[in-house]
Amino acid sequence: MKRRAWPLLGVLAFGYAFLYVPILLLIFYSFNESRLVTVWSGFSVKWYGELLHNRQLLDAAWLSIRIAATNATVAVVLGTLAANALVRHGRFRGRTGLELLLTAPLVMPDVIIGLSLLLLFVALRELIGWPDGRGFTTITIAHITFSMAYVAVVVRSRLGQMDASLEEAAMDLGARPLGVYRQITLPLIAPALLSGWLLAFTLSLDDLVIASFVSGPGATTLPMVVYSSVRMGVSPQINALATLIVAVVTLAVVIAGISLGRKPGR
Amino acid sequence: MSIGAGPQSQGSRRLSRLVNIGIPYVWLGVFFLLPFVIVLQISVAEPALAQPPYTALWEWIDDGLLQIQINLRNFMLIGEDDIYLAAFLNSLWVALVCTLLCLLLGYPMAYAIATAPERWRVLLLMLIVLPFWTSFLIRVYAWIGILNSGGLLNTFLLWLGVIDQPMQILHTQTAVYIGILYSYLPFMILPLYANLTRLDPTLLEAAEDLGCRPMRAFVEITLPLSKPGIIAGSMLVFIPVVGEFVIPDLLGGPDSLMVGKLLWTEFFSNQDWPLASALAILLLGLLVVPFVLMQRMQQTMDETQP
Repeated sequence: MKRRAWPLLGVLAFGYAFLYVPILLLIFYSFNESRLVTVWSGFSVKWYGELLHNRQLLDAAWLSIRIAATNATVAVVLGTLAANALVRHGRFRGRTGLELLLTAPLVMPDVIIGLSLLLLFVALRELIGWPDGRGFTTITIAHITFSMAYVAVVVRSRLGQMDASLEEAAMDLGARPLGVYRQITLPLIAPALLSGWLLAFTLSLDDLVIASFVSGPGATTLPMVVYSSVRMGVSPQINALATLIVAVVTLAVVIAGISLGRKPGR
Repeated sequence: MSIGAGPQSQGSRRLSRLVNIGIPYVWLGVFFLLPFVIVLQISVAEPALAQPPYTALWEWIDDGLLQIQINLRNFMLIGEDDIYLAAFLNSLWVALVCTLLCLLLGYPMAYAIATAPERWRVLLLMLIVLPFWTSFLIRVYAWIGILNSGGLLNTFLLWLGVIDQPMQILHTQTAVYIGILYSYLPFMILPLYANLTRLDPTLLEAAEDLGCRPMRAFVEITLPLSKPGIIAGSMLVFIPVVGEFVIPDLLGGPDSLMVGKLLWTEFFSNQDWPLASALAILLLGLLVVPFVLMQRMQQTMDETQP
């Protein structure tokens, strides 16, 4: 048994190295004085300084953060409703349809979602005059549509694992269904709501393809700026940006890990 | 329970059904399903120099005559020009190769994590998910610096003496394989892990007690039982990769033409919305079979959940 484990550990180590070496390199070279990536010419934080003075990039980042936060909030509500439907309402008519609609966005290629939503917005505008102009609203709607599917997966598994007897007890004691949901169910699934929110936020912040389709003039998100700068070639500013993102994400995960780990009974 | 509670809770249950089922249904119907109908409609329209750049599908002519025009130009164009067929075939090929690569690396990793001591599992799993939380675009960008002719991989291989002059890796299909394997590996590992931890360990113990070698127990028990995980993970990789745009665009070259990139070019560079829609319809048709397969496996996994 022990002997057999060694090759397995080797693959595991290789896999983790494969996943992390590129990220570590990005961080390392973000502190490089030189513009060239493979040449180390001394420690410097000048790329961070340039990053903080890049007006276009900062504006785009702010737009992306606003979109991501709005998206995550609405997606958590819609995704939770969908999860309630699938876990609590048993075999209703159209259940298979809802399951399909919630699975398809998880795997649907971005180019298809982006193109089809753009064509919808254009057709709606012809028909009812809304949405007038594309930008914040259209990108947010597009992001909610696929984010809610991810939220539904996360919340659904938590709801499924939940002990139903607490809710039943409250019901037996005469509590109203909505009150039970607010006072018992919601606190119990709160960790799933939080991770669903963060997941939706990240997915939105990360999306280039769908936003490019449904965006209009004047609405440039962070991934669009990064993409056009990456197409020009390697840029140390992007390395600095990557390092900041990795730092924020790691911090968030560590904080979440500690605060969830502290709770009694995990 | 009081008598009045009956109808009241039944009423609120109906309201709860309406809200929980109705709202997500309406949202996804309008913003996910309806768009496909419009894509289908525009895929049989003609491009036009107008705003929006396509012709209308129907037209009211006086006397209440409705004229519907279905134009198959786009599909015929796709059928006639070899570049489209080549792009479709190459997309399927890349998706197949990358799915196998993910499986080859992901299965042993998922297995190792699932069989690791329990206190390690959460950390190991977290380390798989963590890169997924950092920007996808930036992670693909990282590989440009590594695969460049003056990049790290070439420098390393030159130093090892494996090659005596830099290889062209960036802007080839190989770079696309590496980029996709890197970006999609977590999608393979997570369902496999979920599946492998659910397997009943007593089966393996029984096999061992009966004198079965570990390797044979793996091949005859673990592997067949992890089939739902293998299929779910494979579909999570295969389906989106067929339509992938960013990775072939940034890492690929002229030899790695894929449908996603072609669709993007038709739309953004050539402004041919109807042709882009036709490509989307064909791509969608291609993905229906793997999607149904995935949905089936998902249901089997849900049902076997303890």
